[in-house]
Amino acid sequence: MTVLVPLTLKEALIATSANPSAQIIQGGTDLMVEINFNHRKPTDVIALRRVNEIRGYKISDDRSSVTVGAGLPYQAMEHGELAELFPALAQAARTVGSPQIRAAGSIGGNLGTCSPAGDALPVLSALNAIVNLNTATGSREISVHDFMVGVKRNARQPGEIIVSTTLPIINGWQGYAKVGVRNAMVISVASCCLVVDRIAGAIAVSLGAVGPTIVRCRETEAWLASQVDLKKVATVAPNLIKEFGDRIASESKPIDDHRSTAAYRRHAVATLSRRLLMRANTQ
Amino acid sequence: MITNTEIYSLTVNGTKREVRDAWVGESLLYVLRERLGLPGSKGACEQGECGSCTVIMDGQAVCSCLVMAATAIDSEITTVEGLTSDGSLTAVQDAFITEGGVQCGFCTPGLVVAIEHLLANNPEPTELEIKESISGNICRCTGYGRIFEAVATAVSTRRANL
Repeated sequence: MTVLVPLTLKEALIATSANPSAQIIQGGTDLMVEINFNHRKPTDVIALRRVNEIRGYKISDDRSSVTVGAGLPYQAMEHGELAELFPALAQAARTVGSPQIRAAGSIGGNLGTCSPAGDALPVLSALNAIVNLNTATGSREISVHDFMVGVKRNARQPGEIIVSTTLPIINGWQGYAKVGVRNAMVISVASCCLVVDRIAGAIAVSLGAVGPTIVRCRETEAWLASQVDLKKVATVAPNLIKEFGDRIASESKPIDDHRSTAAYRRHAVATLSRRLLMRANTQ
Repeated sequence: MITNTEIYSLTVNGTKREVRDAWVGESLLYVLRERLGLPGSKGACEQGECGSCTVIMDGQAVCSCLVMAATAIDSEITTVEGLTSDGSLTAVQDAFITEGGVQCGFCTPGLVVAIEHLLANNPEPTELEIKESISGNICRCTGYGRIFEAVATAVSTRRANL
């Protein structure tokens, strides 16, 4: 077994192109668990923890979007400029594990693992994020909706490195809520992100941990848009909020597993989505 | 680029330590305990949920069970053994004793390191900040009340010693 610790993105990309099947490790909060429990024994590892180019963020010149480095730890999103631009991302970041985990974990790691319970992923979905991938010879961008293909499966090709994700800055309320068995240090039983786009007059809703991958509730979004013109009115009527939650629950695809039951998860996403919509109403 | 296949060095508690004849996929926790003779960091869950393996790496409190040791070669690592250079107790450790913050003791090293990290960055934390800072450290004995008392005592001791 070899462990490579590239110090620049270029070195990392050369290393992955030379050994496309090598295991990439970012913060280690998922991979090391699998290694510690002998569920995985990689032969070659490329560690990205010293690649500083992917540990920052950049606001576009026209201030329409922010490109967040794949290795930026969650603790950097909890407060400050990023938290002001993306309150839902900040809320999701604060629910990730513990301070120890948030010092290590990153969006790139969430995307690489692609667990449906990944805390940042519903936010990326509701924001229509773009995932940026590089190889030694080029780069491509892909919608996060196309990137996440199944339970712990994504569209990353061998030799590619997830370098960043581009998040559009949206004018409107946004929030994230999650249910777990306790407040701190918990993996999602169910989660929900709701983003209001005042300019487009649209509400986007994405759910975590209630399907093989993140569930974007497009049918409910379309139904809500047919009921309320959000370009004209700022709030959704209470009778619609009830039905909104019911529709969200019916769009979720939860299963029974060691963390919860499908029935509870359906109930949870109905409640979380209604709660978020009510919070959006009061803003 | 740094490549590790057989021998690598870690900087632990200010000293460069060589790790040889080890599988390079080992966690930092395992290497500290089994290769470098530093059993202060405890292994319990080995999945980042209990915090008993907490160490300071490059100024951040992290779970050493989730760090692949061979990737940490150019990092500064501080374990509970290295909080003082002469083996004396820190104000936090002393307060754990006087306030009864230790019962079985298994979580104590991780809690001490997490609290040292908190106070180094925030000498006068609020109750919420204290709770947040040890939200990743699980203690099944104390109910945390004596630990919060220990933090309060350590804060005032440190303030008096400024």
